[in-house]
Amino acid sequence: MEHIRTPKVEQVKLLDRFSNKSVTGTLHLTATHLIFVESNSTSAQEIWILHHHIASVEKLSLTTSGCPLLIQCRNFRVVHFVIPRERDCHDIYSSLLRLLRPVSYDELYAFSYNPKQNDQQREEGWQLIDLAAEFERMGVPCDQWQLTDVNREYKVCETYPRDLYVPITASKPIIVGSSKFRSKGRFPVLTYFYQEKKAAVCRCSQPLSGFSARCLEDEHMLQAISKANHNSRYIYVMDTRPKLNALANRAAGKGYENEDNYSNIRFQFVGIENIHVMRGSLQKLLEVVGTRSLSMTDYLVGLENSGWLRHIKAIMDAAIFLAKAVTVEGASVLVHCSDGWDRTAQVCALGSLLMDPYYRTIKGFMVLIEKDWISFGHKFADRCDQLNPDPKEVSPIFTQFLECVWQLAEQFPQAFEFSEWFLIQIHEHVHSCQFGNFLGNSQRQREDLQLKERTYSLWAHLLSEKQNYLNPVYSPSFAESHPVLEPSTQAYHFKFWRNMYHQYDRSMHPRQSILKHVLTLKESNRELEGTVQALKTKLQKFGVSTSPLKPKTPPRGRSLPPRPQSLILGAPLLSRKEVQQDEDEEVFGEEAREDAPASTGGERTVEGSSATENGYGELTGSFGSKNEPGVVTLEFGVARMTC
Amino acid sequence: MEFAELIKTPRVDGVVLHRPFMPTVEGTLCLTGHHLILSSRQDNTEELWLLHANIDSIEKRFIGSLGTIIVKCKDLRVIQLDIPGMEECLNIANSIEALSTLDSVSLMYPFFYRPLFEVIEDGWQLFVPEEAFKDLESMTDEWRLSEVNKDFSVCPSYPSLLTVPKDIDDESLCKAASFRHGGRFPVLSYYHKKNGMVMMRAAQPLTGTNGRRCKEDEKLINATLCAGKRGYIIDTRTIAVAQQAKARGGGFEQEANYPQWRRIHKAIERSNVLQESLIKLVEACNDQSHSMDRWLSKLEASNWQSNVKEILTTACLAAQCIDREGASVLVHGTEGTDSTLQVTSLAQIILDPACRTIRGFEALIEREWLQAGHPFQQRCAQSAYSNGKPRSEAPVFLLFLDCVWQILRQFPCSFQFNENFLIMLFEHTYASQFGTFLGNCVAERVKLQLSQKTVSLWSWVNRPQELERFLNPLYEPNNLVIWPSVAPQSLLLWEGVFLRWNRSTKCLDEAHQEMVHIIEYNKELQNKVNSLRRQLAQLETEDSPLQTP
Repeated sequence: MEHIRTPKVEQVKLLDRFSNKSVTGTLHLTATHLIFVESNSTSAQEIWILHHHIASVEKLSLTTSGCPLLIQCRNFRVVHFVIPRERDCHDIYSSLLRLLRPVSYDELYAFSYNPKQNDQQREEGWQLIDLAAEFERMGVPCDQWQLTDVNREYKVCETYPRDLYVPITASKPIIVGSSKFRSKGRFPVLTYFYQEKKAAVCRCSQPLSGFSARCLEDEHMLQAISKANHNSRYIYVMDTRPKLNALANRAAGKGYENEDNYSNIRFQFVGIENIHVMRGSLQKLLEVVGTRSLSMTDYLVGLENSGWLRHIKAIMDAAIFLAKAVTVEGASVLVHCSDGWDRTAQVCALGSLLMDPYYRTIKGFMVLIEKDWISFGHKFADRCDQLNPDPKEVSPIFTQFLECVWQLAEQFPQAFEFSEWFLIQIHEHVHSCQFGNFLGNSQRQREDLQLKERTYSLWAHLLSEKQNYLNPVYSPSFAESHPVLEPSTQAYHFKFWRNMYHQYDRSMHPRQSILKHVLTLKESNRELEGTVQALKTKLQKFGVSTSPLKPKTPPRGRSLPPRPQSLILGAPLLSRKEVQQDEDEEVFGEEAREDAPASTGGERTVEGSSATENGYGELTGSFGSKNEPGVVTLEFGVARMTC
Repeated sequence: MEFAELIKTPRVDGVVLHRPFMPTVEGTLCLTGHHLILSSRQDNTEELWLLHANIDSIEKRFIGSLGTIIVKCKDLRVIQLDIPGMEECLNIANSIEALSTLDSVSLMYPFFYRPLFEVIEDGWQLFVPEEAFKDLESMTDEWRLSEVNKDFSVCPSYPSLLTVPKDIDDESLCKAASFRHGGRFPVLSYYHKKNGMVMMRAAQPLTGTNGRRCKEDEKLINATLCAGKRGYIIDTRTIAVAQQAKARGGGFEQEANYPQWRRIHKAIERSNVLQESLIKLVEACNDQSHSMDRWLSKLEASNWQSNVKEILTTACLAAQCIDREGASVLVHGTEGTDSTLQVTSLAQIILDPACRTIRGFEALIEREWLQAGHPFQQRCAQSAYSNGKPRSEAPVFLLFLDCVWQILRQFPCSFQFNENFLIMLFEHTYASQFGTFLGNCVAERVKLQLSQKTVSLWSWVNRPQELERFLNPLYEPNNLVIWPSVAPQSLLLWEGVFLRWNRSTKCLDEAHQEMVHIIEYNKELQNKVNSLRRQLAQLETEDSPLQTP
């Protein structure tokens, strides 16, 4: 490829982010990836970094050992290379600068990525999620809500999907009139229907009310939403912005609903900050947690000053307010912010997830993202900086949504069919541009790009390796006893999501993963159930009758897809064959075998657990003795111990 | 003294008990010499039995003739009792106050408690120094068991038997003792089987401002080094604090006198600072009105997590010196009864897989805390709600448990016990029906005749029916050294203790149950498969002669 000047550099050092450890290897630059291959043959680790994942490349000032290159990724990976020759470093640097700033959609990885599927498989992948079916599941259309074709040609609102659901009493003139009174034409439409109480969650953008403007059609529209719900005489209008921001918008001819003009609305500000505040907040957070030898005080002060958890709590509080209004009061709620595609998406999606157990399943969660984020025009391309480098448009709005779901899963470990690994994997691919789902800013743009014909769907990919993302303690009956989640929002329930923001920082993770362990056992249980059945069949041939086994899940003989290596899940899983062969060998067996040469096969180590990575103390003093090395350091590599 | 003198109103009817996350209970309140009891007299409601010793402080409030007593316990629980009648309420409050602050140890509940179970294995006889020494003898012959402290005269806070280098005679030990704070001369704490390195502990040397030295002390610790080898002295105080100690007769080992040793200073806080830290932390955890910013800033201001990090880091450093550097280590702070023990005991958990079993952990507590002379009675006299002037209370042992919990979180499959075991130990150090944690050192326990007059905690815990609650279902023994991460992002607030009464754990408990269920079902299936295989193999061998005639 023309942008690559130096495809390969040898003797490159990769420095560990938090310790003094480093490894040497070869750096390869391909059209899609930056690859580092460790030279040490026994434990040769490979790091593959997709160009789209790279957020920034920095060339630091020259040192005696070479030219340092600092690469920060959107999936929170930070790598620090030292390249021996300055010229090579510069070549890599300038190639990367070009490669990570694609100028047209065609250059995105999704258009060249080919998972070896035929057209039919690709099509099936895209058909997995069907939003019409989803609205049907909610019970829409019904006697109060209907599908409107007003936006079939994207004429009323080009950032909305073609199919929209509105109250039956909302006529076309009302819709069109209302859309003219709403920012970007995003008029109130249905996003979730709570069948039990016939209450609706609707979304829109801010009204163009300025200081005094009003619009009868828009007022009718809200009236129609209110009338569609016989359970409540009023509807809530949630403006998810801080009041001050909404007030400021009035000067620009925008603003919020005047309660005097709309009958029977209860207006409420929620106070979630805007995309710029969120971007700054994450930046501060990452700066703090990226500090070497971080003290506890600096960590906690930094966590507080970043405001990150405060914002997460604000989103959660808003979603809880929404869920309560709908499920307890049976009132319909209209949610908006400024344009109705950031905070509105967060609150509607999270609120729905609190109300509807379906969204807490793997499939349901995909549907939820497809509905409230993709179809309603969350600007993924801009927010995730896919193409057009306007740094002011970038913001971790979707990341915050994923984190809120994680915080919920921490409080309700049995409520979700998926584990955090699923959330992290989605986050990874929102930024990877490897699949078509998140490309572009709106459905219209995606159709123009012909994504369904030219790229693959992430959902099909994730479903194909569903086994990896299962939450082993998920309980479908939990959904029956807790149809609506009522999380506590005490500040101490909100935690720093280490596995997301330190995903690639091996030394930070628990050294033995409960998730991985229990997941393995659960898979093994299924396998064993099958074995028991098979053995019983054999025994029956001998005329031995056995008591019937009552399997909790029907035994499945299907082999599992390979599990990706994940630091969060801990050491790579042994295949079950090995587990059965040597049942008494511990999980770290594989890692140990890698580390220890065959002659000293007794050496073992707990995965990722090493004294040197952790930097406990400064043992740099010298005894000045001839028996000892001049400087006593603790660079021993991975800690080992003979059993 | 009769307890009855302190109880003016032994019972009140119509008392309402409020507890967070539990329904209120109305019933009869009774006071006995050692317990506060509330019973609704209905069959299926739980009774509240609270040891007076568990009460940290109380608050009284009156609205009309209805009195309210807020009882704050040492296990950090806060309960509220609504008592009709002003006089009754005052009487109850006064009695509780008096009964919960009795000074005499021999009036404590353990001396009155009679177990309802049969003591099969007496915990008092379970961990005797002779047994531990036998283990050591099987590995090395460099050490001997000295009786120099037989009558506790050389060092009042040490046990009567001490493990010391074989070549050092008792006379030298006495001289070394006179050079160390409280007579706590260097003794063996841990022998690392893998490479023969050792960890010793002591109190600070009494060098004073004029740099006193003691040949016997030097000889004693040098005797632990192999030829040509060097060692590390880990002083748990900062160099500044250690310098200041000289003015009060204390000090640290001068390089000139200990040329084979390198000194490292760490900064573990003194006990009074730790107590302050606990009070602030619990206050932060109990305030439900906090915004996110206020919570984080109060958590930070408490410094609790910093203390956890510092202690854990120091312990890791000691372990690193021993295992990675192949060097012996001497650990001390000032008295050698607090931070020193935190470090030596945690280092052993990191290095020695035996300490991660239930028996091994009990033995560790017995060895490194009880026999090593951690003053439990002083340190645990009051907990986070004490409002009086602190004397020598400090959550030194709680911090140790917190650090163990942090390691357990990072290595959830490496410990035979679970979090409940650690929480149980925390509770029993502050208030207990058992005598284990009474007194401040072995000498005091002997004098109190605890082993004859009270029941040992271990006698109760080690019964199979009790032990079950404390077993970690994920445990898979491994013989490895486990290096925890000490990055602040890896250290968590110990919710099981500090948020225990402030949150509902129903969902978490159910999830845990499900996990246990998966693990047990797996074992069941494995057994089933094995038995079926055996059955099949048997049939096949029986069958084969028939098929091949």
